[in-house]
Amino acid sequence: MNPEATEAVRRADTMETAVRDIFLPPEREKITSGGKPHVVAKNFSIYYGEFEAVKKVNADILSKYVTAIIGPSGCGKSTFLRSINRMNDLIPNCSTTGSLMFDGADVYGKFTDEVLLRKKIGMVFQKPNPFPKSIFDNIAYGPRLHGVKDRKTLDEIVEKSLRKAALWDEVSNRLDKNALGLSGGQQQRLCVARTLAVEPEILLLDEPTSALDPKATAKIEDLIQELRGSYTIMIVTHNMQQASRVSDFTMFFYEGVLVEHAPTAQLFTRPKDRMTEDYITGRFS
Amino acid sequence: MNLGTRKLLDRSFTALGIGSIVIMAMTLLIVLVPIVTNGLGALVFKGTIEHRKMLAAEFNRGDRAELERQTALADSSRKPVYAMMAAFEQELTGMDEPRRQQYQQQYAQVRSAIQTLLGPIPGDPLPALTRSQYGQTRWEKAEERLHEVLYEKKWDYSNPDAPAKEYSVSRAAGFEGTSLVKLFPYVEKNIDRMLMPEWTLYWGFITDSSVDAHIFGGIWPEIQGTLFLAIGAMLFAFPLGVVAAIYFTEYAREGFFTSVLRSANSTLAGVPSIVFGLFGLAFFINTLKVSESKSVLAGSLTLAIMILPTIIRAAEEAILSVPKTYKEASLSLGSTKWNTIVTVILPAALPGIITGGVISLGRAAGETAPIIFTAAVSVGSAIGLADVFSSPTPALSWNIYNLASEHEAASEIRHVQYGMVLSLVTIVLLLNLSAIVLRARISQKLKG
Repeated sequence: MNPEATEAVRRADTMETAVRDIFLPPEREKITSGGKPHVVAKNFSIYYGEFEAVKKVNADILSKYVTAIIGPSGCGKSTFLRSINRMNDLIPNCSTTGSLMFDGADVYGKFTDEVLLRKKIGMVFQKPNPFPKSIFDNIAYGPRLHGVKDRKTLDEIVEKSLRKAALWDEVSNRLDKNALGLSGGQQQRLCVARTLAVEPEILLLDEPTSALDPKATAKIEDLIQELRGSYTIMIVTHNMQQASRVSDFTMFFYEGVLVEHAPTAQLFTRPKDRMTEDYITGRFS
Repeated sequence: MNLGTRKLLDRSFTALGIGSIVIMAMTLLIVLVPIVTNGLGALVFKGTIEHRKMLAAEFNRGDRAELERQTALADSSRKPVYAMMAAFEQELTGMDEPRRQQYQQQYAQVRSAIQTLLGPIPGDPLPALTRSQYGQTRWEKAEERLHEVLYEKKWDYSNPDAPAKEYSVSRAAGFEGTSLVKLFPYVEKNIDRMLMPEWTLYWGFITDSSVDAHIFGGIWPEIQGTLFLAIGAMLFAFPLGVVAAIYFTEYAREGFFTSVLRSANSTLAGVPSIVFGLFGLAFFINTLKVSESKSVLAGSLTLAIMILPTIIRAAEEAILSVPKTYKEASLSLGSTKWNTIVTVILPAALPGIITGGVISLGRAAGETAPIIFTAAVSVGSAIGLADVFSSPTPALSWNIYNLASEHEAASEIRHVQYGMVLSLVTIVLLLNLSAIVLRARISQKLKG
């Protein structure tokens, strides 16, 4: 055994057994079609005015896998996620340095069309945010934007998206009802369906379950498992158990720095960094 | 602070709050009750035969046969009055000079009082003014005029320290010993038969034009002018205001320029309306020459400038109150900014925007000062839609002011003034009510 491995085993042993049981990620089958870097960050920093919120991140996000981003509040994990589809553009005086590439193209390039980019990189937010329109119109909003007018095609897209989001059986008989009448968990799955309807390549989930009860949370997690392998998924979460349950890779941010980026099983059982270990064992948060 | 004091304070604040609400409600009642009762008096009143004659002659309305029958009846009871007057005139010519002069002056007063009460005296040439062509059309006014026939108004100046006192002297006593003395009891006794008062519901007050500067007839030109001006102002101000609000909330970068614009907008909201009136005259009519002189167009533009800041602010508030998450959701689906504004933000902000718009519409309808120099005339007929670019119009707000201060017979037609006030209050109230209903319905639709 090399010294590094010995050290990892020693650390794992010192972790409290209960904690280790909780965080032991489930066995997963390997994804066959993906694995290429989909999003690549190189010395990528994000500034709010003078303040450097994300510091020189270098990372490859692999396609079709689920990547979780964890870290204490204010560590820049949401900022990093939102920079991938340029939602940070909404924040005044937010700027970036370094490079962030999506499919080999610079996200922050001079000629990048952020509207087209967002079509390819969909996002689901912390709080369910359906439009105050009917369920059907919510799902059809994106396709309509991008020029789908034919009612039959729209019907198909709506059904397909709702099925993918595991919501079809619950709402198929009330598509014309206002989406705000759904429960919080249903609303969030509707938001996922709405995002899937524009056929994105990447799905960004910004703490998608933090406003939901455990039952609805479980459904969203099941949904992520369903979508794994079809989309590149990135999920920001406060809940480390959730990260270990749903993700293949985990990124740990601390004060804007990407401290560790590793396969989830490895990060939770044999963290390389002392800080990661402290965080996942709950010694600070 | 101990519990006792705290409870005492709570109770006294509650009492204070209830007290102020009660005072406000009372004030409102004190203001509204006379407006409503007197204003309704313009619609429902005891109308005399003279009113029906006026309706037939000026508006070609009413049952002709019935009117002729009533006129014949009234005339037959009026005949003795005129006969007595003719007899007295005959008597006058036979009197000696000093007595004749003494009676002639008094008789002239009686004659004119009778004429005011019953209309032109047969045999006289037809007067030029419409108001002199008819007797009293409203019973309560007829009763006042009757008093003037029967009594002479005199002033008592005997006490130099006190203001002069008014007192009445029976005219009959003055004509003691002449043939005219019988006229007074006859008129008093037969006034009903001579004027034939009937309860009348005069809808025409709302739909008719006025006759002889509001002495008779209705206020349709004023109502229509008010609506034209207010709606015209909205046509200019509403789109402009919403676009400006979109610019402020979605496009403007916070900076010197924007803050100057913002404070300019706030300042504009505080400018007295008469200043807008003068500005409208100087800018729209004299400089831009949108019309030769006063016109609905110039008035609408002036009102639009006046209500613009309110609309901008209301729309801004409404847009800002749309949850940011809607915008995020739309953008994250690959929507452009403009598309997001049109398809998500504006629909969600619509209730607030409409409320602001309708409240401004009510304000535009009620303002007087901006239209004095730019659009309003005191007397005029209803104008057609094609004339709005060149013609001035009467309007409720301006005519209320006019009747209160400048009209030469203002005291005769208080009911018209009250009727206008009630109409204006009703229009503004209906507008606000429709805003509330519209808002509720749209919100309902958004909530699902």
